[in-house]
Amino acid sequence: MRHIISILVENEAGALSRISNMFSARGYNIESLTVAPTEDASMSRMTVVTKGSDEVIEKITKQLNKLVDVVKVVDLSEAEHLERELMLIKVRAGAREREDMKRMADIFRGRVIDVSDNTYTIELTGDGAKLDAFIQALDQSAILETVRTGASGIGRGNRILRV
Amino acid sequence: MDRVKTEELTGAEIVIRCLQAEGVEYVFGYPGGAVLWIYDELFKQDKVRHVLVRHEQGAAHAADGYSRSSNKIGVCLVTSGPGLTNAVTGIATAYMDSIPMVIISGQVPTHAIGEDAFQECDTVGITRPCVKHNFLVRDVKDLAVTIKKAFHIATTGRPGPVLVDIPKDVTTHKCEFHYPETVSMRSYNPVKKGHAGQIKKAAQLLLEARRPMIYTGGGVVLSNAAPQLRELVKLTGFPVTNTLMGLGGYPGTDPKFLGMLGMHGTYQANMAMQHCDVLIAIGARFDDRVIGNPEHFALNPRKIIHIDIDPSSISKRVRVDLPIVGNIPDVLDDFLKLLQDRKPQDIKAWWKQIDEWRGNDCLRYDHAAKVIKPQYVLEKLYEVTGGEAIITSDVGQHQMWAAQFYKFDKPRRWINSGGLGTMGFGLPAAMGATLANPGATVACVTGESSIQMCLQELSTCKQYRLPIKIINLNNKYMGMVRQWQQFFHGNRYSESYMDALPDFVKLAEGYGHSGVLIDKPADVEPALREAFKRKKDLVFLDFLTDQTENVYPMIPGGKGITEMILSEDL
Repeated sequence: MRHIISILVENEAGALSRISNMFSARGYNIESLTVAPTEDASMSRMTVVTKGSDEVIEKITKQLNKLVDVVKVVDLSEAEHLERELMLIKVRAGAREREDMKRMADIFRGRVIDVSDNTYTIELTGDGAKLDAFIQALDQSAILETVRTGASGIGRGNRILRV
Repeated sequence: MDRVKTEELTGAEIVIRCLQAEGVEYVFGYPGGAVLWIYDELFKQDKVRHVLVRHEQGAAHAADGYSRSSNKIGVCLVTSGPGLTNAVTGIATAYMDSIPMVIISGQVPTHAIGEDAFQECDTVGITRPCVKHNFLVRDVKDLAVTIKKAFHIATTGRPGPVLVDIPKDVTTHKCEFHYPETVSMRSYNPVKKGHAGQIKKAAQLLLEARRPMIYTGGGVVLSNAAPQLRELVKLTGFPVTNTLMGLGGYPGTDPKFLGMLGMHGTYQANMAMQHCDVLIAIGARFDDRVIGNPEHFALNPRKIIHIDIDPSSISKRVRVDLPIVGNIPDVLDDFLKLLQDRKPQDIKAWWKQIDEWRGNDCLRYDHAAKVIKPQYVLEKLYEVTGGEAIITSDVGQHQMWAAQFYKFDKPRRWINSGGLGTMGFGLPAAMGATLANPGATVACVTGESSIQMCLQELSTCKQYRLPIKIINLNNKYMGMVRQWQQFFHGNRYSESYMDALPDFVKLAEGYGHSGVLIDKPADVEPALREAFKRKKDLVFLDFLTDQTENVYPMIPGGKGITEMILSEDL
């Protein structure tokens, strides 16, 4: 099953590699991994999307907790949570496609953030499935470049992850 | 408040002052460019003594042996690049067996890091998977607190090696020195006490057991829980087995002890593991060499209680019914309180069954042989030393025979590389054990193949007058490899014959020690007696043993714990 795990980690050099090393050394899968400092600059927050049976996920959270730099670990998918990913996608937008492309971006609530004579760069946020759907909806030959951040997640309502 | 005048010290001075503050007696190391300033400061003082090894692998193993054989922490000091990479095998060995250790490594100057400088390597990257934690100190102001953290992390929770990498320029930079008494880290707070409710439930389970079994590992030795374990067995009368790492955790001569379990464990211990109805695992991790195939192990229903300081060890290979995370002595103290004045079930029938298994006498061997049987050497070693020696070993058949035939009544007397299985460990570990236990008898049980992997340390033994007795079981084969090739590879002895062996007697003499060649069973005991009389000398005893002897019982890889090959099966 797909799980989305949030990790609070000391903002130390090498913290990211400790975590990614643990996954590769023990043969766990990483679908995506995002990391950035939090409001407290001494701490980073990581979101790891992984797949595995309940047993494997339990092992992953235990191994994460064992890392000295890791402050807290939460499996967000255990309860209600929100998940967002940002995609920047550059598409061909010549005179012929321009209108269609703009309309498609609007339908998906994307924003055109850069324009040239024959390209648009569209910014789109959502969960992974929505971004996938947008890509599917486009004429594949019109896609020039895509970049996705991987998912970030947060618990719903009063579910708060902090120290 | 008077402000205490603090001194400005160089990084190198700070390193030494920190080691002094930690009460470090010995540092095992080897100098080189990046650590020259640290060596300079070592030279100027006499509190911390340095032991110059002949290869950095020896430094790490010696620090490790020092830790294992005492309740103190081993420290090693190596230079950047090859100094560190040579030590990696020793660091990984300590990591696999959860041995507390601090490694200080030199690094190229901060401005040169990443430029492929001379003797540069990514130390933190290379060691990351085989240390509990590691640090690169980029600012001298962080040095003292980082070293404090290293000692703190290495010795608390599930222990392990911690490395501090120090660039050369940091050892020359100055700052005010203050060594913190304690450190607190928000991300690192190992538990001590176990969950009271879980302990209560577990105690109840033990009281209801009809076929109980106590299975303990290295955690009991490391956490100094042997007294509590003895008390638990005394209170309950339950049978107990130790893993290879746990030997000495419970007295090997006690009738409640069923011997070691696992791949080369006793018939009775393995049978009892499979057929018990309540199993209490203490500081042990159900690894592949211990319970064999986990699916086979699961064929018999039983309730499992697992006490361990490390939550990630619980339900890793075998699903556990009642986990208790905590420091073993604390948890066992709580157990003992609950079990006091309570009566467990009558388990006479269980003991009768166990004694029947025991009657199989699975460790028997041919006493009338014309050639020296390795088992015989170990039996005699046990007799001659009165069971009081610290025994280190290398890896292979000799290691298993030592574990089977030397009865360890106390913890920290059996020093071997259980997890990583590092050949070459025995001799340097014996050096550490000798220095940690002045006056103790230390023997290194080894084989002609293993001993050659860190042979150069004979020179260190000479320099520091370390009177280790080397028990070389020389069968001219990598015995365990040969055994597997015989059993599972159709007698094709691919590259396991040790040709062109040195004359070990001359070799020992070449290093300034004594050597003795023993090739007749009748000479075994006199040679051992003679050697152990020489309290001040290292004696290399080269026993020419039966070349085809195998270790029994044996659970073949991937098989179940009761699917043992016994000697008569062949």
